Amino acid sequence: MSSKFPPRRFRAALCLVASLALSACSTATPASTAASTPPVPATPALILATTTSTQDSGLLDELVPAFQKATGYVVKTVAVGTGQALTMGQQGNADVLLVHAPSSEKTFMDGGFGVDRLLVAHNYFLIVGPSSDPAGIGSAKTANEAFAKIAAAKATFVSRGDGSGTETKELAIWKANSITPKGQAWYIQSGQGMGATLQIASEKQGYTITDNATFIANGSKLQLTSLVQGDPSLLNIYHVISVNPTKWPKVNSVGAKAFADYVTSSTGQDLIGGFGKAKYGQALFVADAGKNEADLK
Amino acid sequence: MDDLVQITLLSLSVSGLATAISLLIGLPLGTMLALSVFRTRGLVLSVVNTGMALPPVVAGLVIALMLWRSGPLGGLNLIYTPTAIVVAEAVIATPVVLGLSAAGIGQLDPRLQVQLQGLGASRYQTVWWLWREARLSLLAALMAGFGSVISEVGAAMMVGGNISGQTRVLTTAIVLDVSRGDFGTAIELGGILLALAFMVNGVLTWAQQSGRRG
Repeated sequence: MSSKFPPRRFRAALCLVASLALSACSTATPASTAASTPPVPATPALILATTTSTQDSGLLDELVPAFQKATGYVVKTVAVGTGQALTMGQQGNADVLLVHAPSSEKTFMDGGFGVDRLLVAHNYFLIVGPSSDPAGIGSAKTANEAFAKIAAAKATFVSRGDGSGTETKELAIWKANSITPKGQAWYIQSGQGMGATLQIASEKQGYTITDNATFIANGSKLQLTSLVQGDPSLLNIYHVISVNPTKWPKVNSVGAKAFADYVTSSTGQDLIGGFGKAKYGQALFVADAGKNEADLK
Repeated sequence: MDDLVQITLLSLSVSGLATAISLLIGLPLGTMLALSVFRTRGLVLSVVNTGMALPPVVAGLVIALMLWRSGPLGGLNLIYTPTAIVVAEAVIATPVVLGLSAAGIGQLDPRLQVQLQGLGASRYQTVWWLWREARLSLLAALMAGFGSVISEVGAAMMVGGNISGQTRVLTTAIVLDVSRGDFGTAIELGGILLALAFMVNGVLTWAQQSGRRG
């Protein structure tokens, strides 16, 4: 054995560990997408808490980089579902929210946790399922009727089960029918986002409720078809809410306002309204900023 | 869409730094634990070994609770940064390196330490020679520590947020691709991760086996 001290190979191992550690110092800084043209804001980091539908449909992949480029903010997008996003807002752990559960949002605003709740866009929920349609909901004229048929047929139904805006809508429909699906053998709760839930429904050939944007974006990979749509109760409305800086002084309220202004500006609205046309042949969202909510259909 | 090279380098550097930290903390403490004799030693060893079974997502949750703005360390603004992932992964890897180092040193013939001291070795020289003697186990401890963090996803997701271009590492990117149904990309990323781990462990194993020829 070599009398050199320490052994050559041992030193090589130490060099490897050291170089890995040093490389962390250079690559551990975030790859900044802030452009050099707009002035870099005083507090560039902005935490956006949003739904999984805006991420799984791919909208955020276009909207956020455009916003970052235009304003110089570095957005930390945390797509967790409306329920968790609202909780993060209540705890001051996010600066701005992009959510779609009007009843929960109202409770949030009533609690004084948010300022400036602005209408952004809307699309529609769909009730999707296997093309064989064992519960025969294809003939249902309303969402309530469809759910009643699913319960009556004890057909597999996959729920989000994660406190999201989609789940809020789903539970409202069950409630309207005075049905309690929880605990029943045919009712599955995935606890995951919209994309994952659609996959489960597809694999189990069951029914689920989804927003049309995520369904269209993922449709080619799924064995599900849209069975019930167009019911006015299936309207899916998105709002942007800035977290109240009076309750949480550490919140980046300037950045939150910049984001809210951007998504409701004509640039942002054009982007949202045009999203999906090139890739899927149809718009996935309808841009609504400034409109009267009661006029939406 | 995501820059594959950037994600791979970020994974490597974050896990590499976390492993280095765990080595700096775990190896000396593990050696002390193996060589000292004190009454609660058995209890301490049990706690350390339980730490090896600590679920990464729980470690991530605890650190997130501290780093969130609503938490005690919120003012540091570390949430959703690569630094937060390094901290969480160091917490996960340290018990592994500590416990396995203690086992590796504890396994040495106790007469070796006596002999070294009899030959006039200082405390540091004794420790160095003991480390040389136990290098098979110590390098295994290092590989185990690295393995435990390069492949974990729960903590990286919780404290990092899987943000594109900032905190998306190989494991969290795989989870995202799976949830979107991009299984092909997910498997590719998995392949890259395994190749990475193979390369790092290849070098460490080569270093470990150097003594075997003699």
